[in-house]
Amino acid sequence: MIKVALIGAGKMGISHLSILGANPNVEVVGVCDTSKMVNDFLNRYGKFSCFTDYQKMLDETKPDAVFVAVPTKFHYAIIKELLNRKLHVFAEKPFCLTSAQGKELIDLALHQGVVNQVGYHNKFIGTFKEVKRIVDSGALGKIHHFVGESYGPVVTKPQQSTWRSDPTEGGGCLLDYAAHVIDLLIGTLAPVSVVKGSVLDSIYSTSVEDAVYSLLELSNKVKGVLSVNWSDETYRKMSTTITILGTKGKIISDASELKVFLKDSNALPGYDKGWNVKNITELTEPVNFNLRGEEYTSQVDYFINAVAGKVPNTINTFQSAWYTDWAIELIRNNAK
Amino acid sequence: MERVIFGDNQFFAVNHISDEKSRAQSIKFKEDSAIIKTLDEARAVGINTFMCTTHDRIVNICNIIRSQPEKYKDFTIYPCMPYAHKYANAVTELGITGTIKQYVPGNFFGSMFKGGVAFLSKDYLSIMELLVDAEMKMFKNINTPVIFLQNVITDLLLGLRADEVLIAFYHYVKKKYNAEAGFITMNMPKLLDVLEKGGIENPIICASINKAGFRMSGGNDVYEDVLKTRKLRAIAMQVLGGGAIHPKEAMEYVCGLPNIESILFGASSKANIESTYNYVHAFDQQKINA
Repeated sequence: MIKVALIGAGKMGISHLSILGANPNVEVVGVCDTSKMVNDFLNRYGKFSCFTDYQKMLDETKPDAVFVAVPTKFHYAIIKELLNRKLHVFAEKPFCLTSAQGKELIDLALHQGVVNQVGYHNKFIGTFKEVKRIVDSGALGKIHHFVGESYGPVVTKPQQSTWRSDPTEGGGCLLDYAAHVIDLLIGTLAPVSVVKGSVLDSIYSTSVEDAVYSLLELSNKVKGVLSVNWSDETYRKMSTTITILGTKGKIISDASELKVFLKDSNALPGYDKGWNVKNITELTEPVNFNLRGEEYTSQVDYFINAVAGKVPNTINTFQSAWYTDWAIELIRNNAK
Repeated sequence: MERVIFGDNQFFAVNHISDEKSRAQSIKFKEDSAIIKTLDEARAVGINTFMCTTHDRIVNICNIIRSQPEKYKDFTIYPCMPYAHKYANAVTELGITGTIKQYVPGNFFGSMFKGGVAFLSKDYLSIMELLVDAEMKMFKNINTPVIFLQNVITDLLLGLRADEVLIAFYHYVKKKYNAEAGFITMNMPKLLDVLEKGGIENPIICASINKAGFRMSGGNDVYEDVLKTRKLRAIAMQVLGGGAIHPKEAMEYVCGLPNIESILFGASSKANIESTYNYVHAFDQQKINA
């Protein structure tokens, strides 16, 4: 039994809590949130022990691992405290507000020898996992271009202000939305090394950007385009697509469908010359509890299994999430 | 419940295997008249139950149905609430408390959010009841004998062990709307345990049930065992595995399972509605003959 505590029971925190609550290998020992309404609900119905002070919760409940799902600006201080207490940490994305803070936490996690993971769930979606496998196989030949796109209907009218509309708290399309596709590109291809040009565009918001357009160069010299807009109401929900072009083939993939074009036959087992289409149905591994998509359970299970020593701690580590923070910093500086 | 129930995903650009197809559907069903035309085609085939989410556009569809009482006298709607993305986008923007404040009608919260007063169970259940009433408004004077809770909410409450809220939903729709509660879930076996424990006998559960095992938590064997050995009124959804399974093969599988009272599917074209419907009846007939 892994003893787990949660800090922050907002949208992602509640979702993690539900998944943890259904995991037979997990005992949720405590939940910490500032909302009395949420705490009372979780205590009344789920019989969770709820706190408003996370240090008190840690002292009293002695968890093995902690999920951190508070606004990004609080990540650094809270995660540092958890690492100092030698606890395994799952943090929501993005990792930290500055690359310097992130670097310090990576070193501390390494020093303490704890499992560390950040909630970039796209890497647990079947289609994107297959994209990574194909890229790593070399079947696309020499990769020379990519396009990463993400569109959705988050801000479609002038907003009232919340922490998401404050860039110093982790708000804005770049940190909150573009982070997902940037992380996916980095994880699939290579870290971003140079930003050749960037536009951060406000459409409805006054203090943050609603769209991010950028030309990126990766550490392997591959160049590509990032296009993200969270004010596009022609999308029902967030929709992320990556396109990767190589000398021997091309991939276009979103969360539901993977299209692969190969110049040669026998380039990859299970794939023919020309276009191949696979969909999420055949690329999804079953989970034991499903809340709005397998990937959310898969990433939590992966973390719990890493804590239990059953799988290596290699997907979505602090280090990998730091590359995304770093790219975000480069894009923001370039756009100034 | 009817053997075949018509779904609404195609009308609202929900396609589980292709974002491109979603866009094509969104263009095809831009006008309400296109939705009505497809519903009429389904009725012509013999499907008189429409299961739909409480999407904003359903307001107009309900107006059209109400305006032609003679034409739609045998027509039944199974509402599914809430339309999850409406709330999910609101939670992203306003947080949980802000969203509830926005969507719970009236001044219910005026005093509650100010003080440090403990929230009581009746408060949460009142919130649930007010939200149900708000979602049900659009169906006034329309026959809604079964009212469903959407899978995101059902499964969220299931994981949070808020079983009492699920049970309270069941009793509330019975009392207020004289309707049977239905529950949509990706976790049928676990949900059935919880509902039975809460005293609900033979519950209506709508779950992904398909040959590919897609969105069936625990896998086909676990689901088949529940269908064979337990008491429930199952509605099979996602029978085509999001389009990955051929309709004939898909229907042969679900029609061969015990305890499946209804099969839910959606389609955009008259030809697809007819052929899928005919497969169900052909395989049912085979079963009877055998």
